[in-house]
Amino acid sequence: MDKKGPIIQVRSLRMDFTGKTAPIAVLENIDLEVFRGEFVCIVGPSGCGKSTLLNIVAGFFKPTSGEVLVNGTQVSGPDPHRIFVFQENGVFPWLTVEQNIGFGLDQLSAQEKAPIIQRYVDMVGLTKFEKLYPRELSGGMRQRVEIARALAANPDIIYMDEPFGALDFITRLKMRADLTRIWQEERKTILFVTHDIEESVQLADRVIILSPRPGKILRDLTIDLPRPRDLDSSAYLETRDEIFHTMGMSLRVGSDQDSPGGSTTIGSDSPSNVSL
Amino acid sequence: MKRWLPVLLPVVSITAAVSLWDLVVILSHTDIFPRPHEVIFAIGELISRGVLFNYIIASLFRVGVGFTLAALVGVPLGLALGWFRPALWAINPIIQILRPISPIAWIPVAILWFHVDDRAPIFLIFLASVFPITVSSVAAVQNIQPVYVRAAENFGLRGFALFRRVIFPACLPQILTSLRIAMGIAWLVVVAAEMIAVNSGLGYLIIDARNAGKRYDLVVAGMLMIGLIGLFLDFLIRQLETFDEVKWGYSQRN
Repeated sequence: MDKKGPIIQVRSLRMDFTGKTAPIAVLENIDLEVFRGEFVCIVGPSGCGKSTLLNIVAGFFKPTSGEVLVNGTQVSGPDPHRIFVFQENGVFPWLTVEQNIGFGLDQLSAQEKAPIIQRYVDMVGLTKFEKLYPRELSGGMRQRVEIARALAANPDIIYMDEPFGALDFITRLKMRADLTRIWQEERKTILFVTHDIEESVQLADRVIILSPRPGKILRDLTIDLPRPRDLDSSAYLETRDEIFHTMGMSLRVGSDQDSPGGSTTIGSDSPSNVSL
Repeated sequence: MKRWLPVLLPVVSITAAVSLWDLVVILSHTDIFPRPHEVIFAIGELISRGVLFNYIIASLFRVGVGFTLAALVGVPLGLALGWFRPALWAINPIIQILRPISPIAWIPVAILWFHVDDRAPIFLIFLASVFPITVSSVAAVQNIQPVYVRAAENFGLRGFALFRRVIFPACLPQILTSLRIAMGIAWLVVVAAEMIAVNSGLGYLIIDARNAGKRYDLVVAGMLMIGLIGLFLDFLIRQLETFDEVKWGYSQRN
């Protein structure tokens, strides 16, 4: 395996969905390289195809044209060396926390499995919860189980599709801090899809910004901020604002006071006027 | 007070129902339909004649064998049809045509094939329960959350390992529910099944008590026993739903 070259290469990728009359272009001209040990976030407005892109890279969907290479080999389907963490939580409800985390270790004996499971139980902060079932856990804890299950299988790459999307704000902040710590310990390559710009700036080495559908890469932005990241620093805020502006949004909430009748700028045709 | 309500209310309602039954019998001056205490005496008579226990065992045996065969055929068949779409296209029309035919309509066929022994009622009970189990197992596979299958494929599971480690456990809650419903149906048809050519069982007791001297106290005693045993069977199969491996599949309101 070449340690220097990119671990993931996406080459002139295009994806169309079959529409009622004509095919709908979802992704166009996607060229992307991810290097070993990198933490890369893909952000974009909802419906831009970022989740579709991740599913293609992971081998779950076939692209209309173009190709995805991992370690120089074309991806033809999902593979245990590249584990996907699902937004809707793919933890198996009929297995306990430790059985879930050991799910990808079936080829090992029970004695070989136990220390690996314990290591990742501890790493994601689920010590003492090993024997519980997912239904007895909170949403955040279930997502921790899924991340630990992915890590325990010792993959080269972890794909994460809005893994914290269903969690509340405070849990999300905590999960991001923990994911950063885990990534620093394990140095896995992570490709992480989110619609949350702040999340991408808090987590990533690089942020890939997609346009609205059909998704094209608007910008490939390197985030050169030291970790742990200070969410009050001017550098953090500037980076965040840069992504907002790239996506054609300003950081104002509500309508203009001088325009009676409450004419809001949301949905305006001019992207530079869209407020959050 | 609140803690006692779940016990108290059934006692009140059952007492009221039995009193109403007694009152209606008295007011109607019937001398055919039994009063509640006469049914209790009838049950005592069946016990002292030593037939009640044998009849219950005979009925449970037929339902047990017929239902077990139905589960052994219906669950694997349903899971296979749910997983392999072309198999479903091929087999489903046959199932859907056979399914609405009442087991009672099969009685002449059962007598033709099996003559006068236990195989005929067992066959009818099998027929009554195999279709609900099959159809529900098909639905169980089709209703699996796609994320479980995708996660399993991501971990490299294929073929039988995928089935054993993910498909089957994911379907198990719905399979247990279908078994529970099918058990209810199997018990429901035991009377009809025992109307043909057998000389034991609770269904036989009811038919025989009516034919041999209009002993309606024994008829109602047999009905009551069927009701009580049905309740007990449902209770037993419900206990399976409390296992941790399947508990996730049922609503939390219990």
